[in-house]
Amino acid sequence: MPRAKRVFDQVWPRAALVGAILLVWWAVYETGLIDPDKLPSPADVWNAFTSNLTGEDGLLPAARGSLIRLAFGLSVAVVVGTLIGFAMVASVAVQRSIGTLMTALQALPSIAWLPLAIVWFDFSERAVMFVVFIGGVPAVAIATAISIRQVPPTLTRAARTMGAKGWTLQRTVVLPACVPGYWTGLQQAWAVAWRALLAAEIIRVGAARGLGHLLEASAQDISLIIAVMGVIVVIGLAIDYGFSVVDRRIRGKRGSPVPA
Amino acid sequence: MTPSRATLSIVPEPADRPVKLSVRGVRKSFTTGSGTRIAALEDVSFDVAVGEFVCLIGPSGCGKSTILNLLAGLELPDEGQVLIDGRPIVEPGPDRALLFQDPALFPWLSVRQNVEYALRLTGLGPGETHDTADGWLAKVHLSAFADLQPHELSGGMRHRAALARALACQPDVLLADEPFGALDAQMREILQKELQLVWTELGNTFVFVTHNVREAVFLADRVIVLSARPGTPLEEYRISTPRPRSFEDVLVAKVVLDIHEHLAKEVERAAREEGLRPGLA
Repeated sequence: MPRAKRVFDQVWPRAALVGAILLVWWAVYETGLIDPDKLPSPADVWNAFTSNLTGEDGLLPAARGSLIRLAFGLSVAVVVGTLIGFAMVASVAVQRSIGTLMTALQALPSIAWLPLAIVWFDFSERAVMFVVFIGGVPAVAIATAISIRQVPPTLTRAARTMGAKGWTLQRTVVLPACVPGYWTGLQQAWAVAWRALLAAEIIRVGAARGLGHLLEASAQDISLIIAVMGVIVVIGLAIDYGFSVVDRRIRGKRGSPVPA
Repeated sequence: MTPSRATLSIVPEPADRPVKLSVRGVRKSFTTGSGTRIAALEDVSFDVAVGEFVCLIGPSGCGKSTILNLLAGLELPDEGQVLIDGRPIVEPGPDRALLFQDPALFPWLSVRQNVEYALRLTGLGPGETHDTADGWLAKVHLSAFADLQPHELSGGMRHRAALARALACQPDVLLADEPFGALDAQMREILQKELQLVWTELGNTFVFVTHNVREAVFLADRVIVLSARPGTPLEEYRISTPRPRSFEDVLVAKVVLDIHEHLAKEVERAAREEGLRPGLA
């Protein structure tokens, strides 16, 4: 298939969706059934977006602030979660103790940690990091453990009969074989961390400005609220797209099924 | 060496060659998920001479694969001994390569890299593996496909790649567990012929598990027929037809019929017994 056609096939259903949403929104607005203070027009939101891009309370600095927090918090969560995941596979005792703890943590919405985090760390950056971390770690740890356990035994058996064992077997077969599952786990973990981060920011935790802060601070300006929500969604889609591109490469090379 | 109980040999047994593998009085049982002990192998003894091609055949569930796993060192016997060159087999090693029904190629590596993987394990340096790998791939007619990923190959080609990878370890012993079991009849026949050619050239000791009688008789120097579970050797056939053999060969056809008849009786007996003792299987 030519490249232009492929790109077109990817883009048009998404463009159609955005168009449909805008059209319905605009039509509802035009009927005048809803108070414009509660539902501004698409044009109002666009104006709020363009006029609040820069400046001290602007969307861009806020997005930058949130993304830096996400990068820090998620990095630490990935390192720690991966190590915990390895330990869960290596030892049954760790699986039964720490593994259970990870499942328990996953049952708890990250935002439920906020009151404790505020008591421990005040409204500081550390409190935000803590919430992002505690949200990301169980997702990464469980994904790591599952992806290693799902390595086909036929592959490790084949390698063992060729004489691979111990660390060589882990490094040359188990680690490369678990990459697709692990990557899917990361794709889920970042979303958990992102939501935890925004929740913390909305409660005005953390010193620097973030998108969550902006959402809370612009409570009087309905157009700006919707603009901020749009930015949050677009950032989410962009990061998810980045993960999908890598995922496609990994799976495509191995001939595993790739989602549409 | 266990004496042949029945033989359709038209020539006497070959002059005594040294014994490569021996299985002596081996018993092996498993615990099922529900906690029942099931005897998989009961007093299994046989030897395989250096350079001999032995096929193990038997009804499904007779423990053929278990014997192979014991020879590979992936499992250990409950009782008895499994020896290579007189030494007990306690773990897998590159002196014994194993082929499975699943070619088990590493999907993240190209076909050549899969073979190179085996070569690296034999101690070759990173610069030395490329050409050697191509040499093995040429032997199985995959030279043109060396740079493809395994998923881009057909089923039969994947099996050839797995064979090349196994041969690259330069194992004394090749063990195969129904390697062509999942292929269609035509592809099977092509691969059986290729395997025969490669083996005639290299002369490794070969233990080949199958439930396809034709395949066994076509390939083997000796066919060992196992009973239904718990598996124990029932009968041995020495196939002395010179190679290259063809499926149309009269003696081959005759032995196939004979083994079929024998196996049918065994399967029938096993089915009857399982019917009389419900819940045991």
